[in-house]
Amino acid sequence: MTTLPVRSPIGTSSGAKQRRELSDRAIVNLFIWPTLILLIAWNVFPLFYSLYLAFTDYSAIANRPPTWVGFGNFADILTDRQAWKYFATTGRYALVTVGMQLILGFGLALLVREKFRGSGVITTLILVPMMISPVVVGLFWKLMYNPTFGYFNYLLGFSDPRFGPDMLAGRFAGQPVPNLALWAVALVDIWMWSPFVMLLALSGLKAIPDYLYEAAAIDRASSWFQFWRITLPQVAPLLLIAVLFRTIEAFKAFDLVMGMTGGGPGDQTELIAVNLYRQAFQGQWRTGRASALAYIILIIIIAVSNLYIRYLNRMRGENA
Amino acid sequence: MTTSFYEQGPARPITESIRVDKISPRARWLGKFRALLVIVFALIGLIPIFVMGMTAFKTRAEVVSVPPKVIFSPTLEGFVFLFTERAVASPARIEQLRAEARVGELNLFERIALASGQEITGPSDYVRRLVNSLIIAGISTVFSVVLGLFAAYAFSRFEVKGKNDLLFFILSTRMLPAVVVTIPLFLMYRQLALHDTHLGMILLYTVFNLSLSVWLLKGFIDEIPREYEDAALVDGYTRMQAFFKIVLPQAMTGIAATTVFCLIFAWNEYAFALMLTSDKARTAPPSIATMLGRGGIEWSAIAAGSLGFLIPVVIVAFALRNYLLRGVTFGAIRQ
Repeated sequence: MTTLPVRSPIGTSSGAKQRRELSDRAIVNLFIWPTLILLIAWNVFPLFYSLYLAFTDYSAIANRPPTWVGFGNFADILTDRQAWKYFATTGRYALVTVGMQLILGFGLALLVREKFRGSGVITTLILVPMMISPVVVGLFWKLMYNPTFGYFNYLLGFSDPRFGPDMLAGRFAGQPVPNLALWAVALVDIWMWSPFVMLLALSGLKAIPDYLYEAAAIDRASSWFQFWRITLPQVAPLLLIAVLFRTIEAFKAFDLVMGMTGGGPGDQTELIAVNLYRQAFQGQWRTGRASALAYIILIIIIAVSNLYIRYLNRMRGENA
Repeated sequence: MTTSFYEQGPARPITESIRVDKISPRARWLGKFRALLVIVFALIGLIPIFVMGMTAFKTRAEVVSVPPKVIFSPTLEGFVFLFTERAVASPARIEQLRAEARVGELNLFERIALASGQEITGPSDYVRRLVNSLIIAGISTVFSVVLGLFAAYAFSRFEVKGKNDLLFFILSTRMLPAVVVTIPLFLMYRQLALHDTHLGMILLYTVFNLSLSVWLLKGFIDEIPREYEDAALVDGYTRMQAFFKIVLPQAMTGIAATTVFCLIFAWNEYAFALMLTSDKARTAPPSIATMLGRGGIEWSAIAAGSLGFLIPVVIVAFALRNYLLRGVTFGAIRQ
């Protein structure tokens, strides 16, 4: 800490000083508005424009102006069995990836919580997967999963491609296995983002005051009891934030899946964001319908986030 | 060899009471086991990165060899392919090279041309794309951290009307799938002449990262006790001075952690870069992915490109690791 030069507020030429100082209100405006203006400029136009498109039959490549179709797109999507199936796939994907990331991330955080020699470097090495571009990750796992020259099968001990799994094609020894491709993609997501949950959980663990454990030790509380009554409740808010961010991302999961399977085989890995991309671009160019679908996704994400945030605020209230 | 105090005991007999042996043997053993477990996890997690590294130094044939090779003689073919544009060499040229090879007067490029049947025609775009990535990700990271810091401070310290709604609005800008936003953004950028410009991409990534930056930094600033600033204000500091001299140094951990996150996102972003740039401002991720296109998958070139692209972020992350590991708390924990 640097020492502060003491200046007397009384006796200086206060009139001149007052003019140079900014009022608190001015500071608030000065500090907040640049951010808000940028966010509004870059988000509000696209948001409203795509909301408008959601009510039209616009196609980005057709050479005609959009015509108003009211709630047609929404009704069309909500009565479409395929769309419901993609939502179900996304839900399963989100549940498995976020759940596993939570378990692995929190477990790793508990392991690296206390320092050992080189723990800083090793923890940073664990973080490397989340620093790679998702597109590149998708490409490399495609190489890893390759049934003939990929490393994945060999590491699992399947040296003959005819009898080993072909993860991304959803087959095992030539026989189709339902959802294998989806779990293969989920595994990559888990590999990539567990470190993120670990990082957040680690911050939470480090912020737990020692006196809580000391008090528990004096009371001869078992380490099991300490974990359930001190560690978990104290870290829970951060775990919840990690889960919130990962759930949002799972509903937006696109680059990774696109790079690995493109939604296939069949529609096994057709997550809702992948389907959205297909409708908006690849061959279909149904911009209006895609926008409507995007709004449905947005509403789901906002609803889920609100639940999380409400729960988080309640937890904060209890801890404070 | 260093010998552990625990195994050897003290060098001199202990004549007074010192409490060196508070760690029980069981806890010590568990600690070692824990460290080992962490290292094993880290190594398993790094396997794909090892594969990337190995692939970068393999030849085309070695990449697709069955079974996959772990031991091979490394070549720089992937890197040469990465940095160059190539065309298929004519049969006559191949014959000529063979003849020269018999005499034994081939340089590195000619040897590669003979081995792959492709003649080098000029440098590739890779370096330009990498420079674009550096400019766009670097500047946008600075912007989003600085703007985010100011906004986070204001949200943390002052009464702002509709604060919770504003904060939720800021977070919600991250919720819409990028694919949908790109169509209106594409139209907007064409109107404003921002398409395929550095400025356009910098502003876009700044906005893209602002929500995370505000949320993260607000958490850090919430944890800095207000009393420090109040004391400074009593001592005659202005708000601005208190902000720059008291809050800023205290928030360094948060600023460093936020910088790493913003950099990772801006550096790796793919969907916007693919659709809103074409050549002048195109960043590396779309160009690495499009290396797929030309005549089969050049795995070694892709691996070399990805490796070169990964290294800058890893360097920054390692340089700032102490801040990164110390705390990304989103203000969720208050004492």
